[in-house]
Amino acid sequence: MNKTISASFNLQRDQFTLNAEFTAPMSGVTALFGSSGSGKTTVLRCLAGLEKQASGFLKVGDKVWQDEHHFVPTHKRPIGYVFQESNLFEHLSITENLTYGMKRTPVESRRIDFNEAVELLGIKAFLARKPAQLSGGQRQRVAIARALLTSPQLLLMDEPLASLDLEGKADILPYLERLHDELKLPIIYVSHAPDEVVRIADRMVLMKQGEVLAQGDINELLTRTDLPLAHLEEACAVVSGKVVKHNKEFHLSYLALSGGTVAVSYKDLPIGHSVRVRILARDVSLALNPVEGTSITNVFPVRICAIDSTKDPAKKLITLGMGGDKIIATITALSTSLLNIEVDKIMYAQVKSVALMR
Amino acid sequence: MPAELTQFDFSPIWLSLKLASITTVLLLLLATPVAWWLDRSEHRLKSMIAALVTLPLVLPPSVLGFYLLLMLGPNGPIGSFSQQIGLGSLAFSFKGLVIASVIYSFPFAVQPIQNAFEAMGKKPLEAAATLGASPFDRFFTISLPMIRPGLVTAAVLGFAHTIGEFGVILMIGGNIPGETKVLSVAIYEHVESMEFQQAHILSGGMVLFSFIVLFTLYSINGKTRRLH
Repeated sequence: MNKTISASFNLQRDQFTLNAEFTAPMSGVTALFGSSGSGKTTVLRCLAGLEKQASGFLKVGDKVWQDEHHFVPTHKRPIGYVFQESNLFEHLSITENLTYGMKRTPVESRRIDFNEAVELLGIKAFLARKPAQLSGGQRQRVAIARALLTSPQLLLMDEPLASLDLEGKADILPYLERLHDELKLPIIYVSHAPDEVVRIADRMVLMKQGEVLAQGDINELLTRTDLPLAHLEEACAVVSGKVVKHNKEFHLSYLALSGGTVAVSYKDLPIGHSVRVRILARDVSLALNPVEGTSITNVFPVRICAIDSTKDPAKKLITLGMGGDKIIATITALSTSLLNIEVDKIMYAQVKSVALMR
Repeated sequence: MPAELTQFDFSPIWLSLKLASITTVLLLLLATPVAWWLDRSEHRLKSMIAALVTLPLVLPPSVLGFYLLLMLGPNGPIGSFSQQIGLGSLAFSFKGLVIASVIYSFPFAVQPIQNAFEAMGKKPLEAAATLGASPFDRFFTISLPMIRPGLVTAAVLGFAHTIGEFGVILMIGGNIPGETKVLSVAIYEHVESMEFQQAHILSGGMVLFSFIVLFTLYSINGKTRRLH
């Protein structure tokens, strides 16, 4: 069976042209990332069949949802859609909202149990209430559960955190991560917030002005110096690893990455658990030798892969090979010259802080 | 009870209530799809249809009544058609009054329903579509319940407007007892014949009735608004 989603959409509006072509695997989280107005929400609506004017092609697994001759209407697509502003039915109770889609899903294709979804999203306490009585974060959790209860083959999420304040975001993100880990459900996730994408996405489709600028593995796109992401203030790399050891005395957990072991603040995870860490480019410094007598504990041997200029002439963006992974470092042009940093040189990367994303 | 009251003719009241009830049901059935179309469509004829639908609101009832009389009369296009299919002439008949009332009150029913559709927007329907609801299903499970306040307002306005109708009825219905002699016409006739007591009974009753209807409407609407 074919395990990919192939999409190609064209749409002409007054001030906007969409011309997007991309593929995504039928597993994991693919982020549609770009600034507002880049067309990412429109692409998501095309995937759902909500943009009837859009021409193009869409194949999900072995099924064609749209081509010149066919257009599977929205209500016949096995999707779950989480809108930016939850879009709950105000005239129905939370329970009725949740069962609306479930009732319309044939019994034989229901894979997600009502109680399971309620449990996963922690919404048991307000089942009897009306949407108007819930906070933004609670409403969004209900909206996610409502979409899941249709047992979709593809979950589409349109900036599910955008309408929430910081607290609301912190409230929902863990649930999204559980979705990713516990349900083997492909998710297409629209966002313009790099921190969200870094936390939950595996792959990324980068959009700009209605077109796809690049697509691929999340870390590949984050560290590609020809793309805008590596030039952001919060430019970073995300690297996967496994929990290998805990140090209770100093409250640390050790994670094995392909290029070495890093220590992070203790987190109660079983040994062998898969994790993802984020390394900010500005937190990485380079040394010629493994340095003694420094407070930085995370030091790895790296190979210099590329040296690029940035908008700031005082700084260079260095791409480093660390085991099988790539990370990036922002280094001053002065240090680059003093340390004689050049491609293929082996150096030591000192990482001031490593954030455990999940 | 005074002698004149025992013989008092209550039939105009029943006739008015019957006319208003039938008109209201027809209004809801016809105005809902029109209101939906006016809200959703981007058809080039939309402005024209919208103007046409609103026309009875601005025209004097006599103008409307005059043209309806011509159309519904035995030589008019609608009247001659109804005669051909064996319904007889529509002018000066109860059926004619129903048709006239529906047309006359149409804008009063369309407006609130259209506003309700507008307030609902297309978002709930899109959500319902992504949850597997067909267009038909969406209409009954999402649209209808969500526009309910608009439907209630449309029904009350349509009903009240029909009860209070006078000019159009006089033009096309005349004054046939039990067939077209509705409340407002009966009051007019009593006043013309200086029967002020009878006019008082009917007029006073109408004031009371209208007040109760509006009072009930505002109480219900106030409650649902607080709930939301």
